[in-house]
Amino acid sequence: MITVGIDMGTQTVKVVVVKDGHVVGRGKVFSGFEPSKSAETACTEALKIAKLSSAEVEHITATGSGMEMALTSDSTVSMMGADAKAGVSFFPSARTIIDVGAEEARAVKCDDRGIMVDFVVNERCAAGAGAFIEAMARALEMKMEEMGPLALKAERASPINASCVIFGESDVVTLIHRQESKPEIARAVFDAMADRVSSMIFRLGLTPDVVLIGGVAKDVGFVASLKRKLGLEILIPEHPEFAGAYGAALVAAGRVK
Amino acid sequence: MLKETPVKEDVEYWRWKEYHRVMPDKTWKNKDLITAGVDVGSVGSKAAIMIDGEIYSWGIMRTGANSPESATKALNWALEGTGLNVGDLKYIVGTGYGRVNVPMANKAITEIACHAKGANYIWGPSVRTVLDVGGQDIKAIRIDDTGRVVSFLMNDKCAAGTGRGMEVFADLLKIPIEQIGEQSLKVETEPEPVSCTCVAFAKTEAMGLLRKGWSKEKVLAAYTRAMAVRMANLINRVGLEKELVVTGGQSKNVGIVTRIENVLGVKTLPSPKWRENGLDPMVAGAIGAALLGRALYLKSQGG
Repeated sequence: MITVGIDMGTQTVKVVVVKDGHVVGRGKVFSGFEPSKSAETACTEALKIAKLSSAEVEHITATGSGMEMALTSDSTVSMMGADAKAGVSFFPSARTIIDVGAEEARAVKCDDRGIMVDFVVNERCAAGAGAFIEAMARALEMKMEEMGPLALKAERASPINASCVIFGESDVVTLIHRQESKPEIARAVFDAMADRVSSMIFRLGLTPDVVLIGGVAKDVGFVASLKRKLGLEILIPEHPEFAGAYGAALVAAGRVK
Repeated sequence: MLKETPVKEDVEYWRWKEYHRVMPDKTWKNKDLITAGVDVGSVGSKAAIMIDGEIYSWGIMRTGANSPESATKALNWALEGTGLNVGDLKYIVGTGYGRVNVPMANKAITEIACHAKGANYIWGPSVRTVLDVGGQDIKAIRIDDTGRVVSFLMNDKCAAGTGRGMEVFADLLKIPIEQIGEQSLKVETEPEPVSCTCVAFAKTEAMGLLRKGWSKEKVLAAYTRAMAVRMANLINRVGLEKELVVTGGQSKNVGIVTRIENVLGVKTLPSPKWRENGLDPMVAGAIGAALLGRALYLKSQGG
């Protein structure tokens, strides 16, 4: 059985092709101004890697904030539904799935079948999402990818109390003026963000095992800070940014008659 | 006497004018009870000097990286040209975000109590609801006829609707901050508010609207509207009771004030003609602090 999951994110479109429960192709394209076109391009890319033609696909399910713009899809699934499905498929012991994307963060509580039980979401606030790291990297004049490894070198925490991107920028500038070293500042940024995300998770109730997915899960600095805040191990799948699309492809498989 | 710092409007759109003023028809005598309030906000530092509970002089400047220094500077500016020294001040109250860092203060009091007292002084006993829009937070405060706080709500640590958020938009749209209110009203029909109140996301949304061909004024109107709705919600949550007044830096933003009135269906008491009578709503916190300082001094003297 061949199915496709499309995750229409605010920054990138991710596509995963699943054949008999295994990922056989992935595609990622910037959402840009025409997300529908980006979705098509990402699908073509993923199918090419899978060496499959679009005619062989039995069902396409879209998810993500722009899911209605995935014109080729047969159905849609909520982001929380896709997160839960993917998390439990990666790690059967997973009961809390945290998804931190470019502009939104979610925590989903689920059962052993990957069915969502409850969720919380942080939307419309950049402080708990990837946009926060991006803005702070700009203030520090460094690449976003450099910040994580740098933060791990920090010898101590130097807290910034901002839970807002706008104030966070001023706080970072203050730290620069105080001649705080870059690793400490980078860690302060991740600590502030982990604070925001963990307080959201605590509202939901922390049930292990915890899985972290979404593009921000690739950031070692954020992962280290979140582990410290939650006080437990966090499971991260390979290619965490494709988890939503993978979940959608699994949902699609369940919808094939 | 009104001194203003020059503003390089072509490069720093966010930068607002710093003010200093001494009431021309007032003089002080040695026996007067002179008190001061120093309000160190996240964006602006304000100091007010009062003679026997009447406003005498004040100064407003931008808060620097160092709070104690900002407090000293603001107070010195309020004292400039008065012939007074810090030693002549019988009691000094520090307030605002940086209140614990006011080195010369006899006491620190929260800005909520100070704005309540200050609004009562500026507009009189009919004020029941005060919206204080500062640099980094928004507070809706219910007060009684003596200017005492009954209850309050605040939006903490989020730039949406704050003075800082407005500065970001002034820079983005290249409109000097002091014109932002008027410019936002230069639209034929009010556009839909931007969907995101988060300043970071609203910025992205605004850039999209500009690319779509919206005028700067229209984009500004959409943003200001969203912020006004946010403030109106806070006021409704604390419970709106007339009269309503706006204090803090945003009290001078006519675009915000007009829209709050439209959303709530209630007029605010007009902003005092501060250039003439010295009652600047932006100094409300410092005025309130100086008044509370007077009361504390009298109490300490057994009065």
